[in-house]
Amino acid sequence: MSDVVNPPASAAKAPEVPLRPLGKVVAVTSGKGGVGKTFVSANLAAALAKRGLRVLVLDADLGLANLDVVLNLYPKVTLHDVFQGKAKLEDAIVKAPGGFSVLLAGSGMVEYSRLTPEVRNEFLNIIAGLVPHYDIVLLDTGAGISDVVLFAVSLASEVIVVATPEPTSLTDAYATIKVLVGQQKRQIIRMVINQTARLGDGRAITVQLQQVLDRFVTTEPGRSIRLIHMGDIPGDPSVRQAIMRRQLLIQNAPGCPAALAITQLAQKIQEVVVPR
Amino acid sequence: MLDRTIDMVARSGEPALLLMVDIDHFKAVNDTHGHPAGDLVLLAVAQTLAKCVRPMDTVARYGGEEFAVVLPNCHTFFGVTVAERIRQSIQNMSVPIASGQPINVTVSIGGAYAPEWVRSTASLWTERADVQLYRAKHEGRNRVILDTQQEIFVSAEEKNMLFGHLAQGEPAWIEAGSGDAAALAAGQRVN
Repeated sequence: MSDVVNPPASAAKAPEVPLRPLGKVVAVTSGKGGVGKTFVSANLAAALAKRGLRVLVLDADLGLANLDVVLNLYPKVTLHDVFQGKAKLEDAIVKAPGGFSVLLAGSGMVEYSRLTPEVRNEFLNIIAGLVPHYDIVLLDTGAGISDVVLFAVSLASEVIVVATPEPTSLTDAYATIKVLVGQQKRQIIRMVINQTARLGDGRAITVQLQQVLDRFVTTEPGRSIRLIHMGDIPGDPSVRQAIMRRQLLIQNAPGCPAALAITQLAQKIQEVVVPR
Repeated sequence: MLDRTIDMVARSGEPALLLMVDIDHFKAVNDTHGHPAGDLVLLAVAQTLAKCVRPMDTVARYGGEEFAVVLPNCHTFFGVTVAERIRQSIQNMSVPIASGQPINVTVSIGGAYAPEWVRSTASLWTERADVQLYRAKHEGRNRVILDTQQEIFVSAEEKNMLFGHLAQGEPAWIEAGSGDAAALAAGQRVN
C-alpha cells in the first residue's frame, strides 16, 4: 500500500452497507432488548397470515432470538443444520400456529455470528432464495446495534423499529435510528410503539423522535430522514397472559385492544409492502 | 493470535478501538536504502507503537508494512488522542541506519470502534478499520481517520430533548401539560 493506493477488498466492494435491500423483506428491530420485538414479529406475522398473505419469519438474531420460545416451537431441523449441510432448507422451515412459516436459526448458529464474508453470502443467498416464495419475509433481529443486527437490517427494504415509551428504550431506539441513517443511508424508518398507556402516545413519541433527529442529525440535502408512525400497541394484560402461555395473542385473545392494534398494523404494513 | 484477541475484544461488549497503522511509502524506503534498512524501520515503528499504548493493548504486525493495534476498553473520546500520539511519535522518530542519513517515516492510521454493549465480529471490525486506513492513505497519508461510531453516542442535549419533559413531570405523551408540550400532544392526537 506504500506507493500505489489500492483500496482494500472491503473498500472495493463498498458500500458493503447498504447492500441492495431485498423487496418484501421487513426487518423488525429495536435499540433495547425486551421491548417486545419478537412478540410483535410473531403476532404481526399471524395477523398478516390471517389477511391471506404467505408470511415467513426468520430468526435473524442467529440463535439468540426467542422466537422458538414465543411460539413454543422446537423443530428438529434448523438453519444451523442447513449451514452445516446436514439438512435441506425446506426441512428447516416449519409452520407456526398462526398459519405462517418460521425459519429458526437454532442454538448452534451462535458460532456463525462471526459474520465472515462466506457466512454473509450464504445468509444472503438463503434469504434471496426464500423471498420469491412469500408475500412478506419478516426478519426478527437481535437488539442493539451490533454488526450482526446491522447486517440483517441491511437486507431488508423496510425497517420497523419497536420501542416502548420508557426513556431507556427511546434513547436506544434513537441511537439505532441514527446508525441506520448514518451507515445505511436509510431515509424512511417505521415506528411501532409498544405498551403505550394512552391513545396517541405512540404518535407523539414518533413526532418527538423526529424533532430530535431533525435538530441533531445532519443529512445530505434532499436526503432527509422520515419516521413514519405505523401504530401503537396499547399496554394490555392479555399480552402477558398470552406470553406466559406461549400462545399468540392474535389467537389467544383476538378481540383485546393489543390484538386489534396488531391487526391494524398488519393492514398498514401490507399496504406498504404488498401494494395492490 | 491477533485474530483471537480481536475476536475476544469484539465480543466483550466493552468499548474498544482497533487501529490499522500503515507505514507511508515503505516501498521507497526499501528501494532507496535497501531491505536491511527497511527492517530497521519496521522494528523502530513496532517499538514506538508499543511505547505509545498501554500494557494491556496488543500491537501486532498485520502485513508487510502494516500493524494492528487493539485497544480494549478504550472510550471514543480517547481514540483520536491515542491515534494522534502514535502518528506524531512516529513522525518525530529518526531511524539510524548503517549507511548515511537516519530515515524518517510517517504512518497513516485507520481506526474503528467495536461498539459498546453489542456484539461485533473480527472480520467486520477489521474491515471497517481497513476502510478508514484506505481513506487516510487516499486523503494524503500521515493522518488519522477513525470511523464515525460516535453516531451511536446520544448526547445529553439529545436526551434532554427526547424526554426532557419527563423530568418536569409532564411528558408530552403521557400528560397533556401546558404550552408547547400540550399543543404538540393535542396536535398529534388525531389517530
